[in-house]
Amino acid sequence: MTSTIEPQVGAARKRKEDARLITGRTRWTDNIALPGMLHLAILRSPHASARIASIDVSAAKRRPGVVDVFSGADVRDIQGSLPCAWPVTEDIVHPVRPPLADGYVRHHGEAVAVVVARDRSAAIDALEDIEVEYEPLAPVLDLRAAYEDTGLVHPDKGTNKSYTWVFDSADAGTGSSVSDAAAEVTINRQYVQQRLIPAFMEPRSVVVDPGMGEYTIWSATQIPHILRVFYALLTGVPEHKIRVIAPDVGGGFGGKLQVTPEEMIAFLAAQRVGKPVKYTETRSDTMLSAHHGRDQLQDITLTATRDGTLTGIHVKLIANMGAYLGLVGPGVPILGAFMYNAIYKVPAYRFECVGVFTNTTITDAYRGAGRPEATYAIERAMDELAVELGMDPIELRRKNWIKAEEFPYTTVCGLVYDSGDYDAATDKALELFGYAELRAEQERRRASGDPVQLGLGVSTYTEMCGLAPSRILGALRYAAGGWESASVRVLPTGKVEVVTGTSPHGQGHVTAWSQIVADELGVAFEDVEVLHGDTRTSHKGLDTYGSRSLAVGGVALVEACRKVRDKARVIAAHMLECSPDDLEFTGGAFRVRGTPDAARTVADAAFAVFAAHDLPDGVEASLDADATFDPQTFSFPHGTHLCATEVDTETGHVRIRSYVAVDDVGRVVNPLIVEGQVHGGVAQGIAQALHEEAVYDAGGTLLTGSFVEYTIPSAADLPTIVSDRTETPATSNPLGVKGVGEAGAIAATPAVVNAIVDALRPYGVNDVPMPCTPERVWRAVKRGGVA
Amino acid sequence: MSSSHRVRVSVDVDGTRYVDDVEPRTLLVHHLREQLGKVGTVVGCDTSNCGSCTVLMGSADGAQHSVKSCSVLAVQADGASVTTVEGLAGPGGELHAVQQAFHELHALQCGFCTPGMIMSAVDLLRDNPDPSDAEVREGLSGNLCRCTGYQNIVRAVQSAAAALRAQAELPEEATV
Amino acid sequence: MIPVAFDYVRPSTVDEAVAALAADEDAKVLAGGQSLLPVLRLRLAAPTVLVDLGAVPGLTGVRLDGGDLVVGAMTTHAEVAADPLVREYAPLLAVAAGTVGDRQVRHRGTLGGSLAHADPAADLPAVAAALDAVYEVQGPSGRRTIPAADFAVDLFTTALAPDEVVVGVRVPAAAGWATHYEKFHRTAQAWAIVGVAVAVQRSNGTIGEARVALTNMGPVPHRARDVEAALAGAPATADAVAAACSSVAVGTDPVDDLSASADYRRELARVLTTRAVCRALGV
Repeated sequence: MTSTIEPQVGAARKRKEDARLITGRTRWTDNIALPGMLHLAILRSPHASARIASIDVSAAKRRPGVVDVFSGADVRDIQGSLPCAWPVTEDIVHPVRPPLADGYVRHHGEAVAVVVARDRSAAIDALEDIEVEYEPLAPVLDLRAAYEDTGLVHPDKGTNKSYTWVFDSADAGTGSSVSDAAAEVTINRQYVQQRLIPAFMEPRSVVVDPGMGEYTIWSATQIPHILRVFYALLTGVPEHKIRVIAPDVGGGFGGKLQVTPEEMIAFLAAQRVGKPVKYTETRSDTMLSAHHGRDQLQDITLTATRDGTLTGIHVKLIANMGAYLGLVGPGVPILGAFMYNAIYKVPAYRFECVGVFTNTTITDAYRGAGRPEATYAIERAMDELAVELGMDPIELRRKNWIKAEEFPYTTVCGLVYDSGDYDAATDKALELFGYAELRAEQERRRASGDPVQLGLGVSTYTEMCGLAPSRILGALRYAAGGWESASVRVLPTGKVEVVTGTSPHGQGHVTAWSQIVADELGVAFEDVEVLHGDTRTSHKGLDTYGSRSLAVGGVALVEACRKVRDKARVIAAHMLECSPDDLEFTGGAFRVRGTPDAARTVADAAFAVFAAHDLPDGVEASLDADATFDPQTFSFPHGTHLCATEVDTETGHVRIRSYVAVDDVGRVVNPLIVEGQVHGGVAQGIAQALHEEAVYDAGGTLLTGSFVEYTIPSAADLPTIVSDRTETPATSNPLGVKGVGEAGAIAATPAVVNAIVDALRPYGVNDVPMPCTPERVWRAVKRGGVA
Repeated sequence: MSSSHRVRVSVDVDGTRYVDDVEPRTLLVHHLREQLGKVGTVVGCDTSNCGSCTVLMGSADGAQHSVKSCSVLAVQADGASVTTVEGLAGPGGELHAVQQAFHELHALQCGFCTPGMIMSAVDLLRDNPDPSDAEVREGLSGNLCRCTGYQNIVRAVQSAAAALRAQAELPEEATV
Repeated sequence: MIPVAFDYVRPSTVDEAVAALAADEDAKVLAGGQSLLPVLRLRLAAPTVLVDLGAVPGLTGVRLDGGDLVVGAMTTHAEVAADPLVREYAPLLAVAAGTVGDRQVRHRGTLGGSLAHADPAADLPAVAAALDAVYEVQGPSGRRTIPAADFAVDLFTTALAPDEVVVGVRVPAAAGWATHYEKFHRTAQAWAIVGVAVAVQRSNGTIGEARVALTNMGPVPHRARDVEAALAGAPATADAVAAACSSVAVGTDPVDDLSASADYRRELARVLTTRAVCRALGV
């Protein structure tokens, strides 16, 4: 009657999502065409800072095909201010951020006016007839000057400093004071986390259908649930009259974790004209207006004893917020605050961060969000310490990291790392890499004066994933919780519908969630449907970011499945005329202990529930269950990445010769998906090290406004990655999973830069600022030091 | 200004002939998406970098080559034949070897670059049925992907190349 | 984005094309469109009418004419790169055409279009200069020729009259030269920071004639005649090449921009020219 089913968790199942995506039968927001739909075009500020003296939209309004044109002044009373959900301090300076500029523009690309027209061409054409008179003001662009309040982004606030956030292990009682740390050796370094642009491939798009006061919104967003809450709070439309749908979403990397001006503008436009409207941005719009990432000045001091034992870490950050506060922007560096101690045992730690405004596009979450920055600084500084001490960089790390037998380990930040094995991951990586042979080749090249030098770089990282325990988020003044929700319903024929509060945009949740359900309920992988990204079907959720979906949403799903299974057990026992306690769930069915042929499946129970002719007393006719999981702690993936670079000292060209990634992401649900996440993350990490930087000119114009100037790497620019795993299950959740979405992006950047600097040590080089372009590398060689 | 006259364009897309009057400034990709409903082909940038809009295009009776449909005017496609990702599978829906390999080897995540990436790979393998990894990487350098790091894409193209070579070696009657 | 609206004509002869250009001073030639269409999409230009050369017969293909190789202006980069005659008689052009843009761009972009666009970062103008190419152009008063060295007069500005079109490129057929095009860029998609086009003759361990031209070392392609003179007759050794190429940047006028500074470009030109010549010579 029932056959034994192969376990699905752990299997390299090919993705269910692919069928549509490889045949072009996709559902991107920009594909949506509704009857009577109108199109928007947005006029953006050419200035970084200016007073808007006047706006005349009358000529634009007269153009054929134009239905409406409006600016901030026209919606002053209703447009509100875009939200910041993470005011990290009580006294944070949080300027008003209208979706449409009202009176002033404070960064290049800020939305100034909107055209609503019958087609996109007409809307774009009409932009040229909007007359805006700007009175340009001196922009505040340099982050250090902004920190010194040399010129003000928001003069009414009297300062560019948004907040100062401090963690001190002595104050927190989690360690001693850095000022008391033994400092036989001190390493102090400054690093620049350059500004990056997430550059998801699908430009953002939003469609708003105002209906009869019941709004349906399609948006290329990572956060349909959070967006709905904010739509309700900002517009006054009751939440139950708002439906948000995230259809196929083409990547995010944190870049679509935002409540955007464009989403609010489209809503206002739909409200004004009473018709469905669509706004799809161009890539140029994306570069200017979608939030940027990173952009921090880091000052890190390590103290250690001569034998290489770390005694203290002191970090001072200046974090560029851009012109306003984004949805979680102020919290991004704070997420990093808990990661500077990384995998190391260090008794004293102090972290100070000042969030500062400049006349630039806002910054916010980008893959890793605070943790790549932290990992970069500590892993770069560890290499400098190794050089200072004359130690091998890996041996220095090994001396300081937490040993496998020391878990659970409470860090100097007060976090409890539940599991890990840094020796195992590192040893595996070293073996795959051929470390000794590469060091020998490096020596040969150095000895022969080869113009192409070889460098080896290591990065041993951990990160905190599974955002997040709600009580911790609350303590950090985050406005929402960190739980996740799942619903499971077994249909009469034994097929299963799952509703998840996570909102995938490339991660493969439909596939992975199907694998989990298949194992939990003993149904076929193919018999599971996963519904997501529509607040009407998935009414409850906190969406996808921060490597949280599996570690939180996946666990909620397991809990919902187990509730269903408990219900089914009672029904199966009734059908088998035994006690539920006599049943065990094996091989996809409830079997009577000792009589395994007497069995009933979840599907059997589902049909019994559907018929409801003969249910045990007190059992409702339902095989559905909901679960909401709120983690008690974070999860802590870790790993060791090794990079070998060939550096052409005459041209500055860097070639990644080999790259090894060994990651421990806990239990693996689908190794194909995990490997894909590692590849993509590493690629983005390499891109930060070598290729990408958002650059403003002295007047505040974004120079990297397209893919011509913002050079994201193609296949020809990236190496083949050797990736492998160790598997130390998380003990903090029943799946044993940790999260993998950000690991590669966190680990790769310092590994690459460490390798470049290692290649150039004989030239007196101890740093190359990112991105390590050929010219910067060449300059570093030429100057024999910091470029 | 926008009073420019419309131009008749006749183009064969995925085996169907379409005749429309279009504004000369209409890009082929917008013609495909908005006039012809071929929304499988997408737009990812405005500078001809990302390659998401890649389709195959040729004279009606000649060989087709990969082009970026955002950098071709619809009027330039008059008389041409175009194949998009929607026309790649066989008449019974059987996937092209490249599509199949992308699925098998997890060569896509969000899937936005995928149509263009697949069409570029198809074009590359017609020119070079047995490329090295470096040739695959170089051959796909006109297509940007932000999710995969390209590694599984390279694997998939190599796998598809092997499958296509095996297909080509089959006797005539055995091929579909 | 969407271009500003324009009219469109598709002439069937060069004469018609020239007439269309002459009739409207804001008319613009559309060849392969791979440079023009992104410019139009970003609304950095707004021509009133595009004159599409795509339907004019006789502008594509490669033939030998006496001692010259003649490449039709509308021949695509992919066709140039793959053409057996070009590979035989102007291998530098074939190799360099294969580095332009990416596959898709090479399927649409044309030799004539690239040369007429006169982008200082484009690869082929320097190659044409190195090869002593001559451009055949046609205007209202008939055909004339313009030497490659005289064609580009400034950034994106050529000796072409507004009502003239490039119809072909004539390159002295030169079999047996060793050639190399060294393109240095930040990513595969990026324009050349510096490009070096090299063609050299070699006999018995000595360099014969040499041609060296640089991409993106000034507003127009830079023909490094001093280096050519220094190479001619020099021994075909790495040291001799390096000595001959050491002053290649003299007389150049590279820009400081987002992708590189001028002094770095000068240094790159020296290193890359040396390498390109050595590579061509196999030393």
